[in-house]
Amino acid sequence: MRTIWIVAGAAFKESVRDRVPYTMVVFAVLMMAASYLISELTAGQDLKIIKDLGLAAMSVFGLVIAVFIGIGLVSKEVERKSVFGLLTKPVTRAQFILGKYLGLVTTLAVNLSVMTVAYYGVLFYMNGMATEAMRAGWPVPATDPRLLVAVVLIMGELAVVTAIALMFSTFSSPLLSAMLTLGLWVSGHFNGDLRQFEQVVDQPAVAWIARGLYYVLPNLAPFNVKAEVVYGMPVSASHVGFTLLYALTYIAALLVAAVAIFRRRDFR
Amino acid sequence: MSAAIETEGLTKDFSVGFWRPRPYRALDHLTLKVEAGEVFGFLGPNGAGKSTTLKLLMQLLYPTSGEARILGRPAGDAAVRQRVGFLAENPYYYDYLTAEELLAYFARLFGFRGADVDTRVARVLDEVGIGKERRLRLRRFSKGMTQRVGLAQALLNDPEVLFLDEPMSGLDPLGRRHVRDLILGLRAKGCTVFFSSHILSDAETLCSRVGVLVQGKLVASGPLSEILAFELKGWEVVVACGPQLHAELATFARTVTPLSDGHVLLHLAPDAEPDRVVGELTRRGAHIVSINPVRETLEDYFVQVVGATAGRDTSGAGA
Repeated sequence: MRTIWIVAGAAFKESVRDRVPYTMVVFAVLMMAASYLISELTAGQDLKIIKDLGLAAMSVFGLVIAVFIGIGLVSKEVERKSVFGLLTKPVTRAQFILGKYLGLVTTLAVNLSVMTVAYYGVLFYMNGMATEAMRAGWPVPATDPRLLVAVVLIMGELAVVTAIALMFSTFSSPLLSAMLTLGLWVSGHFNGDLRQFEQVVDQPAVAWIARGLYYVLPNLAPFNVKAEVVYGMPVSASHVGFTLLYALTYIAALLVAAVAIFRRRDFR
Repeated sequence: MSAAIETEGLTKDFSVGFWRPRPYRALDHLTLKVEAGEVFGFLGPNGAGKSTTLKLLMQLLYPTSGEARILGRPAGDAAVRQRVGFLAENPYYYDYLTAEELLAYFARLFGFRGADVDTRVARVLDEVGIGKERRLRLRRFSKGMTQRVGLAQALLNDPEVLFLDEPMSGLDPLGRRHVRDLILGLRAKGCTVFFSSHILSDAETLCSRVGVLVQGKLVASGPLSEILAFELKGWEVVVACGPQLHAELATFARTVTPLSDGHVLLHLAPDAEPDRVVGELTRRGAHIVSINPVRETLEDYFVQVVGATAGRDTSGAGA
């Protein structure tokens, strides 16, 4: 376990010094510009829009980081041959994969935490600038702690996406890995439709395939509770619990596959 | 003495071609034994399979058939990795880590902790001649500096067996001298060094034994003293003389070559009795600048072996 954490620590250090800080700066600038512009242009809806925009930005920037650093951590190491230095030390290939994954998930968690702080900072500022009458008109408080439920589920989704990116990067090029991961991310958000497919097709074989795909492809829709938390609608603890349990199971399966593929690989 | 490195019929096939993949044999039944404490030079032209062999020994590649053992255990065994060092050809490390951070990272992977990590890192960086640059990020390092970092990481665990793939690559003459001295120092400490190179002068200086690989096959191997029989191939005499003597020089030598500085180079046969020739030339007014025996070099041997293998393969293909 110590070896996995050592690899994770180095992967974290490397990725934090790479592109993540710039992404965070872009995110912060975007948030500030958006909050300023929207508060100038809209009346009454500005808080809801900022809440929506902030959570959406966390998802999108998080996805970019998860995909592009996720694929880079393994496939670029293989491509640039830096993997030779590591795999000739007392490190198994499984430890390498798990360490890289933990390092990137830690990077994402730190990144998301910073974005969350910036997000709450803007909401706190909005709250401070609003009059008592405006605050009374809001259906939910500006700095509603339930927004954190959405952030936790965004983190869960990003952890799944990172595992997908890592798995693809164990056997394909960085570009192909990125395309495949983004493809799965998109299909993951429409996965629920596959379940209803048998109601719209007559052929049992097609319905059977659709059902099979429903179980194999990631189901990412349950991770999206942004609308619920923005409108102050309840998100049950069981939904959060089961969704995170699903994430853990799916990640475990992906990492087992990634290790199995990586173990058999030749590094030319 | 026990074998530090042993391979038995080690073979590696790659698949080449996208639409119609076909096998390409990069290494063909390599059987080799390197004893503990030896410096073994693994020589061969580009594409001969030297790097493939090293990668098979480090289990970065899996063999198609055959086996490799290091320090009596299967190659790739975790306990073996604890006791060996490896430098890849044209190594590349992490852009955003400093040399110190990279080496501390690798030292921890070897199980070292606390102050031991810092001491080891400082020591190996000193050994490879990296000074204040140790706190620069590796993306700023030149090829030669990266090569030195590569050597440093291979020495971190005081390896019993050191594998070096083209260790002199990218180094300036001072760097090459430094690495040569380093390898000689390791040899004196009893470390087994297995290095691939196509710089034959380095191999000649460092190796106790060499193997020559051509097109994936080991075509020759043995102690350097046996391979280079130190047979006298002739004499080279450089003389300074007036133009009237130039015409007579051909009677003393097999070849006569005028040099750019006005001197003349004479190649004498091995049995030419240089004392008699020198005496005669001096008597006729020539000034002897230098006289040297000509012996076979590793380069001669290499060219001869590689040429013979290539010729055999060509005639075989034509038959």
